[in-house]
Amino acid sequence: MEAPILTINNLTKKFGPITAVNNLSFTINKGEIYGILGPNGSGKSTTLGMVLNVVNTTSGHFKWFNGTLNTHDALRKVGAIIERPNFYPYMTAVENLKLVCTIKHVHASKIEEKLDIVGLLDRKNSTFRNYSLGMKQRLAIASALLNDPEILILDEPTNGLDPQGIHHIREIIKRIAKQGTTILLASHLLDEVEKICTHVVILRKGIKLYSGRVDEMISSHGFFELKSNTHDLLMQELKAHPAFGKLKVHNGLITAFLNTPLAADVFNKQLFEKHIILTHLVQRKESLEEQFLQLTDTK
Amino acid sequence: MLRLLKLELQKLLLNRTSKMLIGISFILPFFVILLSALKINVFGLFTLNLGELGIFNFPVIWHLNTFFASYFKLFFAIVVVSMIGNEYSNKTLKQNLIDGLSKREFISSKCYTILFFSLLSTLLIGVISLGIGWYYSSAINLSHVLEGSTFLIAYFIKLVGFFSLCLCLAVLAKRSAFALAFLGIILIAEWILYGILSWNFEAETVAKIHNLFPLQSMYNLIEQPFQRIAMLKFSRQKIDLTYDYMVHFHEIAIVVLWTVVSIYVAYRLLKKRDL
Repeated sequence: MEAPILTINNLTKKFGPITAVNNLSFTINKGEIYGILGPNGSGKSTTLGMVLNVVNTTSGHFKWFNGTLNTHDALRKVGAIIERPNFYPYMTAVENLKLVCTIKHVHASKIEEKLDIVGLLDRKNSTFRNYSLGMKQRLAIASALLNDPEILILDEPTNGLDPQGIHHIREIIKRIAKQGTTILLASHLLDEVEKICTHVVILRKGIKLYSGRVDEMISSHGFFELKSNTHDLLMQELKAHPAFGKLKVHNGLITAFLNTPLAADVFNKQLFEKHIILTHLVQRKESLEEQFLQLTDTK
Repeated sequence: MLRLLKLELQKLLLNRTSKMLIGISFILPFFVILLSALKINVFGLFTLNLGELGIFNFPVIWHLNTFFASYFKLFFAIVVVSMIGNEYSNKTLKQNLIDGLSKREFISSKCYTILFFSLLSTLLIGVISLGIGWYYSSAINLSHVLEGSTFLIAYFIKLVGFFSLCLCLAVLAKRSAFALAFLGIILIAEWILYGILSWNFEAETVAKIHNLFPLQSMYNLIEQPFQRIAMLKFSRQKIDLTYDYMVHFHEIAIVVLWTVVSIYVAYRLLKKRDL
């Protein structure tokens, strides 16, 4: 078992009468990629703010690196960007990063290397205020990487970016993840989490709804989407078939949910032998989005 | 300590506005002092030579220069206030903390900067006064230089106290303009309070309480020098005036106390705040 990087125990934050984070506990282990999912205002940023020492906790506690370091020292081994890239607008990229180097006790020689990773090397002497939002966000990632962190914390890193910008940031994150850096990604974009993360924590109104592996969360066996010219015959067959449970029909398209695993080719062969010819056959798993909406809506 | 000072100096010196204000708050007073020390011929009508009044002689020059130079502290006060206000408006305070700066280090870096610039200003005013005094005074003895050192200490304490108060107000208000407004409010409040007090109490008691107020206590460190200059001019006549222009230990103690309180309050405010 890998050593935990961050352990959160019963963390609670109240802003006056509002409970932003309620009794939250989870653990982050080395080498994994975690997603914190939740609708806007579900306490994602507050949670990250607390472990990053900018928001005071109401109760509960957290420890970095199994309690071997205090929070102040631990943050030097952490790279984080929160919501918006915040830098001094009148300084250039290099000057801003130099400042971060001084804060993090890192040698300034790292700057060029990190700017290269995010593709800002050719704009390194432009002032921050002249950057586009995408470039600002990339500079924030470069800044977070300066100390070669053991864990990278990203809060909505693609928020407000255009499609190219989103793609660019995701590529960078994937590349960093491949090098074995632990990543904690807060987002309300589900496909983002689904594409990148191995583990997920789902929050709603400050309460943890689910935490665990992404693939275990999608626990069902998926469903078939089917169409045939002999619609009634097909429906009869599906109702009689032991593998299927719920059936839905919409505009002639049948959605048949599986109770037990069933391969598409086997199923197709069975139907063909019964002289049912399909015009449409798709096997799908429920996406994280559908799971997420189920989890966050029904309660 | 050097790391924190370096951090803040980079933030200030790369910003054009604060660089300009720092320049003004340092260069302007010396320019004014130097200019007034020169013999100026006003359109050939008469020669203005302030030096002849004897105000540039030791030991008066210490008093005069520190008194006038301390008015230029207002420029640097704007820098102090904006160095907190900008951190809030750029949200770089939050980013600094996330990057691993503690709240204590953040306040410390601001305090070191205040100490650094106050010290620099004190040294410069010391060197300039020494130079001009040297030029105008016929004789120099050790006691003159010693009196100078007490005024320089008072000047330094005055600057540090005033800037610390500005720091505290800036952390409280989060915005530069509001912090400066607060400063104005304190000034007015002190006068109103003084008025109310003098209505109800004896003048002596009121003066004692008034001297405890933050801005008044800083002003008290270096009294106005005009009376002293006047006395110098008419020293042949006996003037029966109780006028105490020297720097006193209890005056320094009061300002140091305000300095400590200001910095502590600023730190507590920041510590308690969610960013």
